[in-house]
Amino acid sequence: MLSYIGKRLLQLIPVLLGMTFIVFMIIRAIPGNPAQVILGQQATEEAVAALTAKLGLDKPWYTQYFDYLTGILTGDLGESMRTRAPVAEEVWPYLAATFELALFAMIIAVVIGINAGIVSAWFQNSWFDYAAMILALVGVSMPIFWLGLMGQWAFALELSWLPTSGREPVRDPVTAITHLYVVDTIIAGRFDQLWQVLRHLVLPGLALATIPMAIIARMTRSSMLEVMRSDYVRTARAKGQKMFFVVYKHALKNAIIPVLTIIGLQMGMLLGGAILTETIFAWPGIGRYIYEAIGYRDYPVIQSGILIVAFFFVMINLIVDLLYSFIDPRIKYD
Amino acid sequence: MSELAPKVDGVVEAEVTKNVGPWREAWRGFRKSKVAVVGMFIVIFFILLAVFGPSIAKEGINDQVMADRLQPPSSEHWLGTDDFGRDILSRIIHGARISIWVGFSSVIGSVVVGSILGIVAGYYGRWVDVVISRVFDIMLAFPSILLAIAIVAVLGPSLQNALIAIAIINVPNFGRLIRSKVLSIKEDEYITAAKGIGMRDVRILFAHILPNSMAPVIVQGTLAIATAILEAAALGFLGLGAQAPMPEWGKMLADSKNYMQSAPWTMIFPGIAIMLTVLGFNLMGDGLRDAMDPRMKN
Repeated sequence: MLSYIGKRLLQLIPVLLGMTFIVFMIIRAIPGNPAQVILGQQATEEAVAALTAKLGLDKPWYTQYFDYLTGILTGDLGESMRTRAPVAEEVWPYLAATFELALFAMIIAVVIGINAGIVSAWFQNSWFDYAAMILALVGVSMPIFWLGLMGQWAFALELSWLPTSGREPVRDPVTAITHLYVVDTIIAGRFDQLWQVLRHLVLPGLALATIPMAIIARMTRSSMLEVMRSDYVRTARAKGQKMFFVVYKHALKNAIIPVLTIIGLQMGMLLGGAILTETIFAWPGIGRYIYEAIGYRDYPVIQSGILIVAFFFVMINLIVDLLYSFIDPRIKYD
Repeated sequence: MSELAPKVDGVVEAEVTKNVGPWREAWRGFRKSKVAVVGMFIVIFFILLAVFGPSIAKEGINDQVMADRLQPPSSEHWLGTDDFGRDILSRIIHGARISIWVGFSSVIGSVVVGSILGIVAGYYGRWVDVVISRVFDIMLAFPSILLAIAIVAVLGPSLQNALIAIAIINVPNFGRLIRSKVLSIKEDEYITAAKGIGMRDVRILFAHILPNSMAPVIVQGTLAIATAILEAAALGFLGLGAQAPMPEWGKMLADSKNYMQSAPWTMIFPGIAIMLTVLGFNLMGDGLRDAMDPRMKN
């Protein structure tokens, strides 16, 4: 197992290097003089020359890449051109906001998705099965930004049940410690504020959860249907065990493995998909951070933001791969 | 007699299936799934809309009638009007042309480039394969929408650049698919035979290996069109794709944000159009998968 982890980590090195190279190329691939494009047409020649020197664009590309790489390895992710703050310092609150949202969405998706899939398989061809699977099909075809807007319109504007946007009550901001506001409010013992923070999470969380929920439900259903036909399930039922127990204890254990793959993949996708949800709900996460940077042509932020999300995406996929062997001891790695 | 009957039946059946080509067989399987057929009709509907749209919706899509600003659905404007007094139904009909165009052309682009790279990697193997496969790995290491955003950030926001970005991010999916197909077909006896009679590599690749790898590509392609349409709408929504005054569905949604409460129809209908089109391609893709390659199920 340990050697397998080591091997996987070694395999990761070329992928990570390639990722840094692609991200490095973002500025360099801008047609024309990147410094001129970043600063706009009105920029003076001195300003353009200064930025060219600052970004190191006057050096040969391999020197530039080497400098960029050593920078990343020493924790230097560049400096935002807008705020003048180092990206590595200012990114954490955004990252924490996205993690909180993605985790919340994933919990919704997993709890509802797996249970809907199980019940659909249990009562195959019932009205519940049909309804759930039609909903799941619609769910994967849903533009999440549209779903988000609809939720905002219906539940925030028309019904006023939930806040329209943001992460915290404007008049009573959360004192940030970890920047995971659910955790922060619990640490502070402010349970009234926790309630508000959770209310803010509901709409963006549901919008973000829809697609993974639909995919998880479909996967769980098909995986469960396969397992339910197996001999050991029939034996368990023949022994007179309660159906609920057979389904949730015996069948689920074996049906869950392919579902976990999907959950892992979706967790990574959530990080990318968050950019749309965050834009709609003014959620101050990493997606919005990158999106705003595009508007300001703040390329160091665009580069590092994308690199950070991609890094977590790769790491999550690796962890999911490694988790299989713990869940299913039959899987042996060479 | 009763003992003989099944045997005779079996023989007749075997002959019937023998005469049916793989495409017709796939069509038979596809037809069996009602959901897939519904999907196909949705797709055909939107393709017709894209082709004949301008002659159906003659009303100028960019005609601004400020007096008709934000009108609710009525007999005159079936789906209402937007903040410039433009007819939303006409804009959605014209928008079908953009979405269908982006969906098909970006996927065709990815299939062509992905096929070439996949074939070369799979057929020649060794360092060529290593290089191409690593590049695919690296591209797949990015969440796709993020990579698309990065590409558009470099090229500048426009519909064309969004199309290019979507085509690029889908290349590794097709490349990997073709590569794995090539790897398995390469060992087949008819390829060995073709090599034996001195056929050139290029001919083997394009006359034998490529046509035989097409079934999964068609399935994957149909599903990829759905994703491409969603991605184009997402980029349009973020202001990184189609620009005003193009009646692109994602852009229309973005414009509706400020009038959500006073004129929700500006938001509801473009969203339904995106969802229906994507649903159609997804249903059809699922049906094709079940019909063309039963092993690919789930």
